[in-house]
Amino acid sequence: MEEKSSHHEEPRDDFAAKMGMWLFIFTELLLFAGLFLVYSVYRYMYPTLFHQAALELNVTIGSLNTVILLFSSMTVAMSLTAMQKNNRKLALIFLALTIFCALLFLINKYIEWGAKFSEGLYPGSELMLKLERGHLLFFSLYFFMTGLHALHIIIGMVILLIAFFKIKKGTLHIGKYMLLENGALYWHLVDLIWIFLFPLFYLIT
Amino acid sequence: MVHSDETPGYVSYLDYKGKYTGIRAWILSTDHKRIGLLYLYAITTFFSVGAIMGLLMRIELIAPGQTIMGPQTYNGIFTVHGIIMVFMVVIPGLSVVFGNLFMPIMIGAKDVAFPRLNLFAWYVYMVGCCLAILSQILRHGPPDTGWTFYAPYSLQTGTNVIAATTAAFVLGFSSILTGLNFIVTIHRMRAPGMSFFRMPLFVWAIYATSWIQLLATPIIGITLMMLIMERLFNIGFFEPTLGGDPVLFQHLFWIYSHPAVYIMILPAMGVISEIIPTFSQKRIYGYRAIAFSSLAIAGVGYLIWGHHMFTSGMSLVAIWSFSLFTFIVAIPSAVKVFSWVGTMYKGSIDLKPPMLYALSFIFLFMIGGFSGLVLGGLATDIQVHDTAFVVAHFHYIVFGGMGYAFFGAVHYWFPKIYGKMYNIRRANIAWAMTFIGFNFLYFPQFILGMQGMPRRYFDYLPQFQTGEVISTIGGFVFTIGFIMMVYNLIMGFRKGEKAPANPWNGTTLEWTIPSPPSLENFEEMPVITTDPYNYK
Repeated sequence: MEEKSSHHEEPRDDFAAKMGMWLFIFTELLLFAGLFLVYSVYRYMYPTLFHQAALELNVTIGSLNTVILLFSSMTVAMSLTAMQKNNRKLALIFLALTIFCALLFLINKYIEWGAKFSEGLYPGSELMLKLERGHLLFFSLYFFMTGLHALHIIIGMVILLIAFFKIKKGTLHIGKYMLLENGALYWHLVDLIWIFLFPLFYLIT
Repeated sequence: MVHSDETPGYVSYLDYKGKYTGIRAWILSTDHKRIGLLYLYAITTFFSVGAIMGLLMRIELIAPGQTIMGPQTYNGIFTVHGIIMVFMVVIPGLSVVFGNLFMPIMIGAKDVAFPRLNLFAWYVYMVGCCLAILSQILRHGPPDTGWTFYAPYSLQTGTNVIAATTAAFVLGFSSILTGLNFIVTIHRMRAPGMSFFRMPLFVWAIYATSWIQLLATPIIGITLMMLIMERLFNIGFFEPTLGGDPVLFQHLFWIYSHPAVYIMILPAMGVISEIIPTFSQKRIYGYRAIAFSSLAIAGVGYLIWGHHMFTSGMSLVAIWSFSLFTFIVAIPSAVKVFSWVGTMYKGSIDLKPPMLYALSFIFLFMIGGFSGLVLGGLATDIQVHDTAFVVAHFHYIVFGGMGYAFFGAVHYWFPKIYGKMYNIRRANIAWAMTFIGFNFLYFPQFILGMQGMPRRYFDYLPQFQTGEVISTIGGFVFTIGFIMMVYNLIMGFRKGEKAPANPWNGTTLEWTIPSPPSLENFEEMPVITTDPYNYK
C-alpha cells in the first residue's frame, strides 16, 4: 500500500507508509478491544464459572506458544536490523526463522483445538449448548478470540512471506524495505495481542 | 482571476489519456478526482434507490391499514432503506466524494498519500454495496431488524441478516482505509507554507472525521462479527437464553454508531464553512473556534452513545452522565452556527444556489439539533422514545444536515469538477421545491411523535392520518424537486456554458487552478503565505 501511483513522480515517503501502518495497527487493537470488553463483562458476571472453565485449558501448549511468539518477535526485529545493515543473507535467515515460528504456533494451535474438538467442545456443538452458561461463554470467547488471533497470524505470515520472496528477488533491499518494516510492525502487534490473550484465558484461574 | 486554461500542455483530468482507455481509464485510475467521481455516481444511485424506498413507505402510510404492502414487506423496506442510507450514503458521503475530490487540492497536494489504497477502498465499498443489495434479493427475504440489528431479534429472525451485517462490516473496512489515507495525507502532503492553521476548514472537518472513522469503526466491525458468529454457531454473547446480554450489543453498537453520526455531520459542517465565506465575500469569523469545535465534537462524541439507550436499563449515574455529555456536545455545534452567522454579518451576501443550500442547512440543522436536546433530556426522552419524533429528529440532522450540505457541495464545486455551469434559475427553483417538500415531509412527524405515533409501524390509528398525509405530500414535493435538481445538473454537464476557473470568487486553492483541474492539479507547487479566507 505504500506504492505511489504511476503518474506522479514524487519522492517516496517512507514516513507516511510507516504512519499509515501505525494507524492501521491502532484499528486492529480497537477491533480486539471490543472483544476484551465483552470478556471483562462476562468475567464479571460469571466469575466462578470462568475460573472453572479456565482450568480446562492446556497451560503447557499456551506457554510454549507464548515463548514461540516472543522468540519470533525477536527474530523479525533482527531480520529488520540485518536489512538495515545491508546483510541480505542474515535478513533472509531470520525472516525464515520467524515464518517457521509462526507455523509452529499454528501447529500447536491445531493440536490444542483438535483436542477440544475431539471432546465435542467446539462452537455450535451439542455439548457446548448443554454447558453451564458461564462455561459456554468462556469457551465461545476462547474460540472466537484465539481464532481471530490465529487469522492475524496467518495474515502476518503472508506479509512476511511476500517480504521474504521480495528480498530473494532483490526488489526489497536497503534502499527500499518498508514492506519488511511494516510487516515486522504488524508481527509485533500479533505478538502483543497474544500477550494479553494468554494470561486472560490460561493463567487467571 | 487568471484563466490558466491556456497554459501549454494543459489537459483536464476528465480528458486525460493514460495507460488505459474507455471504462478502464476510470475504474483502474488512482487519480483522487476520478475516484471521487466514481463515489459520486455510486452514492447518487444508492441515494435514489433509498429515496424510492422511503417514498414507498410514505405511500403505505397515507391511510391507516394496509395500503400498498403488507407488514413484513414494510419491515424489510424500512430496514433496507436504513442500511442503504446510513452505511452506503451518509456515512461515506461527503468524505469520500468531496474529501477525495478536493481535500488534496485544498492542501496543495497532487494526490492522496496512498492512491492505490484509495482505489482499493472504492472496490471494497462497492463489494459492501453489492452484499447489501444481495441481502435484499436472496432467498430468505430482506432483513427486518431495522438498520440497528438489535439482538436478540436479529439472532432469531429467519431473514438475510448475515448478508446485511457482512455488508456493513465490509463498508466499515472501506471507511477505515479512507480515514487512514486522509489522515496521513493531511499530515504529510501539505504544500510549503500550509500550516495546520492555514488549512481550509473543510480539510479540518475531514481530518476530524477521519479520526472518528479510524477509531470508532473497528468496534462495529467486531460487534457485527460477533453477531454473525452468534447466528452461525450459537456462541451466546448476545442471546439471553444462552447467558448473553442483549443490552451489551446495544452498547457496542452505539459505541460506533453514535460517533458515526459525527462522521456524517462533520464534513457537512466543513462544506458549510467553505460556502458561507465565499458567498459572503468575507473572512470566516472564528476560524480557530470552528477548527477546534470539529475536534471537540469528535472527542466528546465518543462519550454519549448511551443516550440511545435511556429506556434499555442502565444505572442512574450512567444515564445522568450520558445526558450531561449529550448537552455538552451541543456547545461546539452551536459555536459553529454562531461563527457562520457572524461571518455573514455585514458581508456582501450573494444568494446563489450553494448559499441557499448552506442557509437551509443551518435552518434544518438547528431544528434537528434542538429536537436532539429533547431526546437527550432524561424525562422528555421517555415520552418520545421510539416514536416518529425520533424519525423527524434524525432526518432533520442527517438528511437536512448532511443531505443539504451534500447538495450545496455539488452546486458549489460543480463548475470546478466539470468545467461547466448549470442553470442557476432552475437550480433555485429545485432548491425551493426540495426545501418546502422537506419541511412538509418531516415536520409533521415531530407532532405525530409527540402525540404517540410509534416509529417503524406500518399501520396507525385514524387520528394520525392528517399528519401522515401532509408528510406524504411533502415527500412527493421533495422528490419532484430532487429530480429537477439532478436533471438540471445533468443538463449543465451536457450543455452548460463553460465555467471560468473561479466563478464564485473563492479564495481556497482549488479556485486558483483551471476548471476542470489537470491530472496533476498544480503545474507548480503552490506556496502558501496567507490564511485560506483572505478576502480583500
